[in-house]
Amino acid sequence: MRYELKISRRDFIKIGAKGLLGGIIVSSIPSLLRGFTAAAKIPGTYDWEKHYWGFVCDNERCIGCGRCVVACKLENKVPWEPEYNRTWVERYVITESDEIFVDSPNAGRDGFAKAPISTKYDGLNIRKSFFVPKLCNQCDNPPCVTVCPVGATYKTKDGIVLVDQEHCIGCRYCIQACPYGARYILPDSSETHLGQVRVVDKCTWCYHRITKGLLPACVEACPAGARIFGDLRDPASPVRKILSEKRVYVLKPELGTEPKVYYIGFEKGVY
Amino acid sequence: MEGFLFPNEGIIEWDLLIVIYPFITGLVAGAFIVSSLYHVFGITSLKPVARFSLITALSFLLVTPLPLAMHLGRPERALEMFLTPNLNSAMSAFGYIWFVYLLIVLGEVWLVFRPDIVKYAGASEGLKKTIYSALALGVYEIPEEALAIDKKIIKVLAFIGIPTAFLLHGYVGFIFGAVKANPWWSTPLMPIIFLMSATVSGIALLLLSYVVVSKIRKTPIDQACLRSLALWLMGFLSVNVVLEGLEVFTMFYEAEESWGIISQLITQKIGISYFGIQFISGAIVPLMVLGIVEAIGLGGQAKTVLRFLASAMVLVGVFAMRWNVVIGGQLISKSLRGFSSYVPPVFGINGLIVSAVVMSLPFVILAVLIYLIPPWQEEPQAVRREPLSFDSRPR
Repeated sequence: MRYELKISRRDFIKIGAKGLLGGIIVSSIPSLLRGFTAAAKIPGTYDWEKHYWGFVCDNERCIGCGRCVVACKLENKVPWEPEYNRTWVERYVITESDEIFVDSPNAGRDGFAKAPISTKYDGLNIRKSFFVPKLCNQCDNPPCVTVCPVGATYKTKDGIVLVDQEHCIGCRYCIQACPYGARYILPDSSETHLGQVRVVDKCTWCYHRITKGLLPACVEACPAGARIFGDLRDPASPVRKILSEKRVYVLKPELGTEPKVYYIGFEKGVY
Repeated sequence: MEGFLFPNEGIIEWDLLIVIYPFITGLVAGAFIVSSLYHVFGITSLKPVARFSLITALSFLLVTPLPLAMHLGRPERALEMFLTPNLNSAMSAFGYIWFVYLLIVLGEVWLVFRPDIVKYAGASEGLKKTIYSALALGVYEIPEEALAIDKKIIKVLAFIGIPTAFLLHGYVGFIFGAVKANPWWSTPLMPIIFLMSATVSGIALLLLSYVVVSKIRKTPIDQACLRSLALWLMGFLSVNVVLEGLEVFTMFYEAEESWGIISQLITQKIGISYFGIQFISGAIVPLMVLGIVEAIGLGGQAKTVLRFLASAMVLVGVFAMRWNVVIGGQLISKSLRGFSSYVPPVFGINGLIVSAVVMSLPFVILAVLIYLIPPWQEEPQAVRREPLSFDSRPR
């Protein structure tokens, strides 16, 4: 049986070209899809389900220089005045007669090395003295999140408590509920990254940095290695290493907030 | 400032506006309970103030959200409380409870005053006729059967209103009592204490305003009604004092680590407003005065004056209690090592002037309501000059 192909050269080329084009389009679909999903993920090299962050403060190493407070204020545009702090440093002075003096002049921003701050306790019979860095504990059971009437403050899957400042109504119930004094309301004069005023602000462990694989600004700035940050899920992280080697303590454990800032070198009276 | 505060604690976050907010809600709850004592529990001696107490509750209820909204950092976002509530938050319940309660009180007021409104709509002219016609909602005939149904609904609303009033004010106590971070607030007694003091303040306010309004209207004061109010005041006040004392006594006896700072707070920082105003001049002295009035035979005029004075002292005492809770709790540093300080400013949104204006608004609304729907039922006074009895029912 003879079969005749009744098709002109011109048509043949036309059909061939269409087929080729269709083939290219169809075959490109998988890679296009891959491209789209990749585009949707772009900040998304970070997966918040794969991390759970932890923080260690080593009171035995802190030298009270206040670089962490300055670094935090610059990085996060925290108002420079000492009434507004995402992190601060407290000084504890314990005398031979068991008196405890605590202070945090200018929240530790200017350090403790210069007079009159450095000479404040001259004349006391001091047994020991040490510094305690403070910041948000990113509680596992955060009372601030429970009380927020509009759900503007929330806990992320990687364990950080954040504030949606474009949603916060400024009722300040969370400030009342935080046992650690970690929250404050932004004054009218503040110029934060989000440009919001009269809403609540707090330490985020520099969420914008840690989700890019960087360290929080205060950890980066600490010259004494008193602030250690890492992933509690990663067995090789410095935080996990310390938690398995040292005895640590948290602030106000009796309140059941389950803080995730662990302290080395804790002392009775630190509250 | 004194001792050590956490650096962020230098500012008193909940100030004068948040002191007057629970004061106003308390007056609502208390006034409503007085009207329910008549409408539900049949305390006939309270009949002269039953309708008055209802519109008093409404006037104060309408102002309740104002100090809250004004106090927000971002008042323009206030409605987010309704739109995106976090139902785990005690505060998110405020809008809903308030709204339900408003519906109940509005419904009850309308039903109670409906016959009057219809009467005024027929008798008045011009703008007033328009207002009354609008208030009558287009129903100008009320047959006997309808009136009977109205009465039943009033009773049901007054009955539902009691737990709702308790909820509204118990909730305010819970807002403070559930803050574990603050040792001066964190006690399960807080909602009950708020409820009792609310009832106390509402009764005292009614006694005061009943006397004042009677003087303005130049009508005789119903002594049986006044005595009934005074007796209820004594009862609730006694329970209130016991509860408030118990709260602090337990703190003292358990002597937890926070007792050191709390004892300093109540003896030094708020000593005058706590022991002096809240307890002595706001509770003990009024109780004694009211007791003396009952015990010895005095003339009607003297009784009225003494009861009036006692009620005024109670109101000031309840206000001091709100202050001692709201401000006192924030004076303590969460480090338990120091105190901040607070003196309300005169000017500004958080100042004394604005607060005084907010506090006087309910009275303005009340005056308008009294003008529109006078709560007085003109009956010959002599009819109710009968011995006081708590078990008689309204006829």
